[in-house]
Amino acid sequence: MFRRERSIPLRGSAAALCNNLSVLPLPTRSLTHFGVVHGPSAQLLSAAPEGAPLAQRQLHAKEGAGVSPPLITQIHWCVLPFRVLLVLTSHRGIQMYESDGSVMVYWHALDAGDASLVQAVFARGIAASGHYVCVGTWSGRVLVFDIPTKGPNIVLSEELARHQTPITDIATEPAQGQDCVADTVTADDSGLLCVWRSGPKFKLLTQIPGFGAPCSSVQLWQGIVAAGYGNGQVRLYEASTGTLHVQISAHARAVCALDLAPEVGKLLSAAEDTFIHIWKLSRNPEGGYIEVEHCHGECVPDTQICGARFCDLSGSSFAVTGYDLAEILRFSSM
Amino acid sequence: MSTRTLPLLFLNLGGEMLYILDQRLRAQNIPGDKARKDEWTEVDRKRVMNDIISTMFNRKFMEELFKPQELYSKKALRTVYDRLAHASIMRLNQASMDKLYDLMTMAFKYQVLLCPRPKDVLLVTFNHLDAIKGLIQDSPTILHQVDETFRQLTDIYGGLSAGEFQLIRQTLLIFFQDLHIRVSIFLKDKVQNSNGRFVLPASGPVPWGTEVPGLIRTFNSKGEEVKKTEFKHGGNYVAALKEGSLELYGDRVLKLGTNMYSVNRPVETHMSAASKNLASQTQESIVPNPLAKEELNLLARLIGGMGIQKPSGPEPGFRLNLFTTDEEEEQAALTRPEELSYEVINIQATQDQQTNQELARIMGEFEITDQSRRSASKGDDLLAMMDEL
Repeated sequence: MFRRERSIPLRGSAAALCNNLSVLPLPTRSLTHFGVVHGPSAQLLSAAPEGAPLAQRQLHAKEGAGVSPPLITQIHWCVLPFRVLLVLTSHRGIQMYESDGSVMVYWHALDAGDASLVQAVFARGIAASGHYVCVGTWSGRVLVFDIPTKGPNIVLSEELARHQTPITDIATEPAQGQDCVADTVTADDSGLLCVWRSGPKFKLLTQIPGFGAPCSSVQLWQGIVAAGYGNGQVRLYEASTGTLHVQISAHARAVCALDLAPEVGKLLSAAEDTFIHIWKLSRNPEGGYIEVEHCHGECVPDTQICGARFCDLSGSSFAVTGYDLAEILRFSSM
Repeated sequence: MSTRTLPLLFLNLGGEMLYILDQRLRAQNIPGDKARKDEWTEVDRKRVMNDIISTMFNRKFMEELFKPQELYSKKALRTVYDRLAHASIMRLNQASMDKLYDLMTMAFKYQVLLCPRPKDVLLVTFNHLDAIKGLIQDSPTILHQVDETFRQLTDIYGGLSAGEFQLIRQTLLIFFQDLHIRVSIFLKDKVQNSNGRFVLPASGPVPWGTEVPGLIRTFNSKGEEVKKTEFKHGGNYVAALKEGSLELYGDRVLKLGTNMYSVNRPVETHMSAASKNLASQTQESIVPNPLAKEELNLLARLIGGMGIQKPSGPEPGFRLNLFTTDEEEEQAALTRPEELSYEVINIQATQDQQTNQELARIMGEFEITDQSRRSASKGDDLLAMMDEL
């Protein structure tokens, strides 16, 4: 059971994007950082455990060439082995900051060269994989940046060119050691999922085709790919083979966010139907196949949810953002 | 965001505008033989509707509208509707025009938000077009224009993927972000809460292509289903009955976008209380956008250039009031909250139609070379210019 905690007020309402909440728990400092996209700006704020807001900062999309004020598509903290970077994607390019958003360390302008007049140009989908940061783009290309342990010497190391439609989300999990174990999954608007092994040259391990609905959000845990779709389904696949093992009719509207609490294998799904569900993932001890159990459902009345995250690794609390809502809602287990 | 959003925005807002104007004109209807020279008759109403609809669906205008482009700012778009509403003998004061635009935007925001699938915004658009055809009286030419637009919509949007419609939906919602004006008819029907937010029911039919939530199906590595369990979703949903038709004629199934006004359900608004987040409302368009002014010129200019043939000499004052009384209209103008101001300098269209045509001609020839004019407001230079004429 979860109870509502004190909400954290936002300067600007959350935009109707998917995956529109990033959370960076800092337990050693008794702080949690939150990041929400409003539109042409994004808000970072830090809060104490009871939810009292401590500090806040606004970031804007860098202009670059172009006609109208650019909109931000996503904001996400990337936890790398030796540093944490805050990455912001927009309709112009990719901005990377030190984790408190104080200093921009890198700017990558998107190349709109190939875009026809009709295609919107933007970057979307951010994840850290080892010492790489992967960022998706409107064309389906995934840019892989090599991040040094400190400083601004960030280099574009590779462009993964498997997807043909705009990237929606990227998920990673710590590498398991062996050569062919998947640690990165990329998802796109057509529902296609690509499973990779990161490295100096990323290796494509398997592809999971779409079925007509965009895959808005994806997570990876112990070789299980969890994907949320525009038709309200959540599906679980075996990462190494791409086989579908579980199909959940989880929501009545498009899924907008998935998150994982890796310590306990809890999956959170949130959708435009105003509901959040928490699931327990596991592997059957006999066959090793994937199982899922529903743990909890929460309704945020009259709110089209656009972002949801666990606030700690054990999944005992989570936060939610909603379209037009100028606050971050928080829930914690009783 | 998506560069295919403007036609949907324009047509649906235009549709709502026509519903409201039609209802208000009917409400102020006076039987022809009893009407004084300055009162509305049935004949006048039909003429106004025909004039506005034929302007809206003008071929050149539609051509321009359907070009892939960024969305206009709210202010720039508002100017296009100002012009459109004045495409006939009808005149609206600033307060009435403000109210009209408030109602139009809140109605379409509601429809977009409540669309079960992102693609259903197309069904909403078709509902508006179906109704618009019903408003056209005895003019096969205008009917043909609307049918042409149907075909264009089908050509462009018929083949878009679910992902592309999701982007269009997000683009529209960003346009409507932070608008919470309370609309009487929505409050009465309990589709809007007293805080201005729309009710999102957790019941009813699921979208076409979505299953009723509650089922977990487990498969083995051969793809065979090995287990089926249920979970409690919390909502009260039923399966979708059938898919709405996207043909020229057909059962749309969806009710969003159909006319919710009637003479018995009048059009009213309450201005929402001062929003706590003023900062969020001023975030829009921080950077003045020179090309947006160019576009503002283009669409607004196209409408302005379509002079409806009017008899020569001054017209009697055919003013339409969106409020119940003139006093109410005056009061609304005085008490409109600052943050809801559209900052549009009213086109005080005079009753001299010659001046009107002259203004339109001048605006049509205007080029943005003169940067020295006050550039404080975003995209309002053109209107500032007119004020100084």
